Amino acid sequence: MPEPLLDVRDLRVSFRTRTGTVTAVDGLSFAVPPGEILGVVGESGSGKSVSMLAVLRLITNPNVLVSGEVLFRGRDLLALPADEMRAVRGREIAMVFQDPMTALTPVYTVGWQIAEQIRAHERVSRKAAHARAVELLSDVGIPDAASRVNAYPHEFSGGMRQRAVIAIALSCDPALLIADEPTTALDVTVQAQILDLMRELNARGSAVVLITHDMGVVSQIADRVLVMYGGRAAEEGPRRAVFHGPRHPYTWGLLDSVPRVGGPRLRRLPTIAGVPVSPGSLPEGCAFAPRCRLRHERCDERPELSAGPGAGAHRDACWLPADHRAALRLTTRTATAGAKDLDAEAAS
Amino acid sequence: MTTQDMTTPTRGDVLLRATDVTKHYPLRADGFSRHRRTLRAVDGVSLEVRAGETLGIVGESGCGKSTLGRCLVRLTELTGGRVEFDGQDISGLSTRRLRPVRPGMQLVFQDPQASLNPRRRAGDIVAEPLLVHRYGDAAAVRRRVAELFDVVGLSAAHLDRYPHEFSGGQRQRIGIARALATGPKLIVADEPVSALDVSIQAQVLNLFADLQDEFALTYVFIAHDLGVVRHVSDRIAVMYLGEIVELAGTEELYEAPAHPYTQALLSAVPEIDDGSDASPRERIVLTGEVPSPVDRPTGCPFRTRCPYAREQCALERPRLTPTASGRSVACHFPLAG
Amino acid sequence: MLHFALKRFASALLVMFAISVLVFLIFFATPGVDPAARIAGRNADPATLAQVRHSFGLDRPMPVRYLLMMRHLLVDRDLESFVNRGSRVIPQIVQATPVTLSLVVGAAVIWMVAGILMGTAAAALRGRAADPLIMLVGVVGVSLPAYWLGEVVNLVTQKQLHGSLFSWVPPPGYVGLAHPGQWALHMLFPWLTLALLYAGIYARLLRGEVVTALGEDYVRTARAKGLSERRILVRHALRCSLIPIVSLFGLDFGALVGGAALLTEVVFGLPGIGKLTYDALQNLDLPVIMGTVLYAAFFVVLANALVDILYARLDPRARHA
Repeated sequence: MPEPLLDVRDLRVSFRTRTGTVTAVDGLSFAVPPGEILGVVGESGSGKSVSMLAVLRLITNPNVLVSGEVLFRGRDLLALPADEMRAVRGREIAMVFQDPMTALTPVYTVGWQIAEQIRAHERVSRKAAHARAVELLSDVGIPDAASRVNAYPHEFSGGMRQRAVIAIALSCDPALLIADEPTTALDVTVQAQILDLMRELNARGSAVVLITHDMGVVSQIADRVLVMYGGRAAEEGPRRAVFHGPRHPYTWGLLDSVPRVGGPRLRRLPTIAGVPVSPGSLPEGCAFAPRCRLRHERCDERPELSAGPGAGAHRDACWLPADHRAALRLTTRTATAGAKDLDAEAAS
Repeated sequence: MTTQDMTTPTRGDVLLRATDVTKHYPLRADGFSRHRRTLRAVDGVSLEVRAGETLGIVGESGCGKSTLGRCLVRLTELTGGRVEFDGQDISGLSTRRLRPVRPGMQLVFQDPQASLNPRRRAGDIVAEPLLVHRYGDAAAVRRRVAELFDVVGLSAAHLDRYPHEFSGGQRQRIGIARALATGPKLIVADEPVSALDVSIQAQVLNLFADLQDEFALTYVFIAHDLGVVRHVSDRIAVMYLGEIVELAGTEELYEAPAHPYTQALLSAVPEIDDGSDASPRERIVLTGEVPSPVDRPTGCPFRTRCPYAREQCALERPRLTPTASGRSVACHFPLAG
Repeated sequence: MLHFALKRFASALLVMFAISVLVFLIFFATPGVDPAARIAGRNADPATLAQVRHSFGLDRPMPVRYLLMMRHLLVDRDLESFVNRGSRVIPQIVQATPVTLSLVVGAAVIWMVAGILMGTAAAALRGRAADPLIMLVGVVGVSLPAYWLGEVVNLVTQKQLHGSLFSWVPPPGYVGLAHPGQWALHMLFPWLTLALLYAGIYARLLRGEVVTALGEDYVRTARAKGLSERRILVRHALRCSLIPIVSLFGLDFGALVGGAALLTEVVFGLPGIGKLTYDALQNLDLPVIMGTVLYAAFFVVLANALVDILYARLDPRARHA
């Protein structure tokens, strides 16, 4: 593996609340080599968004504690002075958020907002920045960019706005783009266009961290996959390895409970019992154990990410024996599709 | 067990028939022009729903699928056309005459958070339709509510809690219990699982399946997720700009889409590649975006984005016509029979 | 645009017509209120009353009386006061207007500057000690009644400390703009008194708006762009928060110019519109009341129209709606 661009080590994010400390990200480590697309998947409360906000130090709430190391090109971002951190944001690491409808300031034109980003990091004239904005808008596929650059956000459709947000993110040629559910608010045909745009950007050399809940999106675009649950990594590995031979019971559940557009149709879907763990009530041991059909005594102990047999890059955090995973997956799938009573959510 | 196994006594009879339903919204003229414009949310939709089946309605945002759902249960007045439920024309009924019909058809909403009164207990929310439709005395209502909670997988301990104390999936269960309270024949579900996490979505979809088996329910299931619609539906109507462009059995539709829009929609879904033999669909990336329902293109509504559009498509609006194989397509040059 | 302006103008006329009718009816159709009796003075004999009625046209049918009054007010512009015969209404209003405008414009500048500074500072410092402190100052300002505060200010500057600290404070009253220095000196304490009340309200409102804006997605985007905290606060959060503030400002400004600064004017002896209305009300001097009320309505409507235009300048979303 080449020297990673981003190397996150033992990242912890906790919130002080009236009822005590809530841990949203619990010792997360991962790395992104230059030029790679890392897909981060998980359900709500898995800590996938919070961890990426923490990487860019975008959590402004004073009641949040962030610890660990976030090494970007060897520098620890968490230890950087505020003004140096500002120079990293937008210039070296850009971020795109989920909802394009609210991501742009409503009172300025799209072009103004792109130019603002350029002028925050480079000494260029207003005119030159404006010209760059037109170029960028045209690059992200907005037709008639020269006149659309003067439009206000509300004059754009959702897909166009997300393109504009991406144009802002690309304006300083960042080495890393973090995209938090960039297509979730969009229609499927527009989603396909935006995913193509991300691929193009990646082909030009930027690494991408794509946060999503959609296994299909990850399967289509990621080089590597990180599955998160309860603020921890459940499984991590090259896309093919994770999708063709998932090892963690939570990943099985995620893959099996999605109704597909192809393949056999089942009357009942395999499910994961219960509800996603809330950051306030993380168990001591494996975070997934309370919902896992294969839990046993060892699960009271916290499993670490470890490689399976003969697969150095494909790691998972589970106490199950390493070699019978495929067979175990099959039994849980059939069991959970049939049983009605097991679906009912745990009374909270 | 497949969808086709299910039988109900009245299965196959037409329970709901919509004929040329339109819903137009006049737009307020702005201060600068006096020209009045119309938003054609639903523009001439005809369909039938047979007892015991699930009809899926799928389309992208703004295609009019939710408005159509509201038209079907008369939650909104139609601009034109008629809706027959159980043999009775309900499109012209007064509010009073509609009252005895209401218990037979219920709506389940997308956002369980917004559709449940936050100041009322879960038990009272489910009891409300029973009280409105004079189900019986207080004890009978209480018994029925407890029964409904059991049916949807909630416990008696949940009766006295407020909506905010539930998770998203549990709130949707309350919404479903409320819809079931009056013993409906038809449930129109408008994006009932799109706000839920994947694992919870599967649980709620299973609940829909179980309830259909148990109570011989008929569903109109509205969603934008093509995987979800395929999972639940016997037949599927694909909507675009307020019209149905294709209506077919689920298997045929996904195997061989006949309308170019259906084809493009299916090809845009990012499929999970899990190493199984399924060959990926040929990708057709549509250019541009859905036109505004205020300024509809002439002729075929899809022609501005259609990769196969020809001259005729701009001149003549294709009608939804049945083909030899039993499906219906609104296209001059369908891709399949 | 022309269509918009015409519509605004028509609705303004309608509002002013409705108000004038209302005022007229309140005074003439209220049972037990006989303007003639007031004009004629106490214990006037029936003959005098009848004569007064005739000479003021009070014996004509009501619609005629209304039209006559409007004609005198708007067409001939020679409507006279009932109380001080011979003194005309229009010149009185024309004389009082610059006083009120001086007071309100000056105070508005002070309270907007102070309100925006306090509100933005409090929002930026939320969670620290300065935030509740600034807001406390705001609450104190809001809860001090203008007439009491004005009296205290007068007491301090004109009596208690007039010999020492405030010897430079001129006696209460109004000096025209012909002497700008004296004008500002005379207006200083009235401005501060009036502004204190509104600065508190605006600071609180703006703080809420800015705090909400700082939690918006677009602020997160701005931060991810690597902008400085100051730029995020001023160019993004504050800029968007000003939109609702401006519409409120228009309403308050219109009402104050229309006479709502009455208490401040009375306390500081400023012969403005508020004072004029106040005196007319005390004497039930209908022609003057009618004049000032229509004048007030005109300013409120005008302020509303200006707010609409300003709103569109501030918020591009309102331009095409």
